[in-house]
Amino acid sequence: MFGFGLFKGLLITLKNLILPSRLFTTHQYPDRKVGPIELAKFHQDWQNTSFLQFLFNNPIKIIQSLLGLISIKDRYPQHSRFRGQEFGWYENRCTGCASCAKYCPLGIIKIETSRSGIDLDEGQKYKVDVFDIDMGRCMFCGLCVEACPYDALFMGSGFEESKYFRQELNIDIDNLKNNDTKPSNWFRPQLEGKNYDPRGSGPLEWNQVGRHEKPSDTEQASKWGKR
Amino acid sequence: MNFNNIQNLINTLIPSLPSWIVFMSAAIFISFFVINAVVMTGALTVWLERRLLARIQSRLGPNRWGPFGLFTPIADIIKMIGKEDIVPSTADKKIFNLAPIVLLVPVLLVFAVIPMSSNSFLGQLNIGILFIVGVTGFNTLAVFMAAWSSRNKYALFGAMRGVAMLLSYEVPMALSIVSVVLTTNFILNIEGSSLSALSLVGIVEAQRIPFFILQPLGCLIFVTAASAEMSRAPFDMIESESELGAGYHTEYSGIKFAIFQLTEFLAPVATAAIISVMFAGGIRGLSIIPGSISLIAKIFIIVLIFIWIRATWPRLRVDQIMNFAWKFLLPLSLINIFSQAVLLQIFLSSSSISNTELWIIAGINWIIAAVSIFILAKVFGHKGRAKNIPIPSPLANMEFKSE
Ligand code: SF4
Ligand code: SF4
Repeated sequence: MFGFGLFKGLLITLKNLILPSRLFTTHQYPDRKVGPIELAKFHQDWQNTSFLQFLFNNPIKIIQSLLGLISIKDRYPQHSRFRGQEFGWYENRCTGCASCAKYCPLGIIKIETSRSGIDLDEGQKYKVDVFDIDMGRCMFCGLCVEACPYDALFMGSGFEESKYFRQELNIDIDNLKNNDTKPSNWFRPQLEGKNYDPRGSGPLEWNQVGRHEKPSDTEQASKWGKR
Repeated sequence: MNFNNIQNLINTLIPSLPSWIVFMSAAIFISFFVINAVVMTGALTVWLERRLLARIQSRLGPNRWGPFGLFTPIADIIKMIGKEDIVPSTADKKIFNLAPIVLLVPVLLVFAVIPMSSNSFLGQLNIGILFIVGVTGFNTLAVFMAAWSSRNKYALFGAMRGVAMLLSYEVPMALSIVSVVLTTNFILNIEGSSLSALSLVGIVEAQRIPFFILQPLGCLIFVTAASAEMSRAPFDMIESESELGAGYHTEYSGIKFAIFQLTEFLAPVATAAIISVMFAGGIRGLSIIPGSISLIAKIFIIVLIFIWIRATWPRLRVDQIMNFAWKFLLPLSLINIFSQAVLLQIFLSSSSISNTELWIIAGINWIIAAVSIFILAKVFGHKGRAKNIPIPSPLANMEFKSE
């Protein structure tokens, strides 16, 4: 009533201004400005030398960073189960069963197969001729990935895939074959068990991503031979 | 550096020039200097305000352009100039185009009379304070011109509120200036100085102890009324974004909008200059620091305080603003003038002043300030008003039978 509340409010904003613990909750993207200490940490020389040596070696960079002119690439840590763009697909695992196409609620996966005539001893395998995904309509529900019985399809982890034309968003089979496949851990506990991080680690080969190894002949015989 | 110095300089450099040419060139030089310096200050204030507000709100603020985002205002201005300048087809074009200029020029004129050294740019204008009061009165006119000519109802709402507010806050502001002039007059008379009590140089001369210590009530009233005059938070009802779009400059775009924006950010600087001259001693300060630098430091600190206040306090309602002006500030300023006059008459009637007498006056003034604010708050505050008696719910008196 006498205006003490006003001064309480002023004190709170003053605290925000001064206390370092309340400073920045903003995470900058895609890069952020750094001071000299952080710059030294991110610089490659940091591994070999001490901070003081770095200071003496790069005085110009230090001054620039003090002036707020140097920025480094930065990215908010992303969960490994992130469902992003660029599906991961392994031709060697895919049987062309088209479960993914049937499960997609939007019907945006298009698969055409033909008889391949190979792998006859492991049962007839189809050759996948067309595998189109219309990313422009995909809602990243991940149902196609859940539906895939052979662990051949994976969500991707990218999110900076804006394009100028809508048709560029279509992913076709060449795209899927040629990309480095960094599958997301979404619905793939085997990758999660290996602590695989799609943004940090390298691409995975087709034989590294299965739920279990292919059983050997003796195992097959002991488990299923009697039936 | 002031007008006469430059005239003399030109005369010595190029003798035998006609006097009107000397006069004109000196005037052009001074205005060029003042306008550029002030507009640059405005641009920097934009940057400072955005950075500080962001920091207070735990954000980052502009930091992409140049070191710490210092070039952001330049980028802003380039963008503003590049934009299309739209004049509404139903607008009154002459007045519409004139309004930004009428708003900007008074702010620049204020700086002409601020004593940056022992002289102001225009020399010792002996009615400096009247000049400032008169010139800043254009504010109201410009706001109304902008709103009325643009034929936009939101702009008009904003301007209507604004005119009511600006007019009612002129009163306590002028009254608090009166008490400053009164004190100055007393002190200058006793010292036997030839300066006018209405000139800013005279007011600075009279501040043996800064006037914000000598009369806290006057300072409080002036700061409040001035922040209402420049329609800044918590009194930024003219352009309350949530209700009125942008208020009186809703229809403006391009460079005219930039001028409005510039004025909005220059106003705290101009007001801070006036406050630091009238209440904080102007160029007086430590003897080692040059006067102009201590004045600039004071202006800077007061601008910081304005930004701090803007970041903290929410906007007042229309009725609250008017109540505050007429029920609180007006009685307070009358009390201030009265007590100041009585105190000066009692303590300073001798032919010389000692600093102890001034300190005694200051102490009594602080007590008066506290007591009068206390009493006025009791009378007009929420607890003093008749309370709404809550209507009891019909369920409250029901008795439940226990079994
Ligand atoms: S993520 Fe969902 S919408 Fe996208 S292709 Fe797979 S099933 Fe269809
Ligand atoms: S569900 Fe899996 S195996 Fe079947 S077609 Fe789709 S990606 Fe290939």
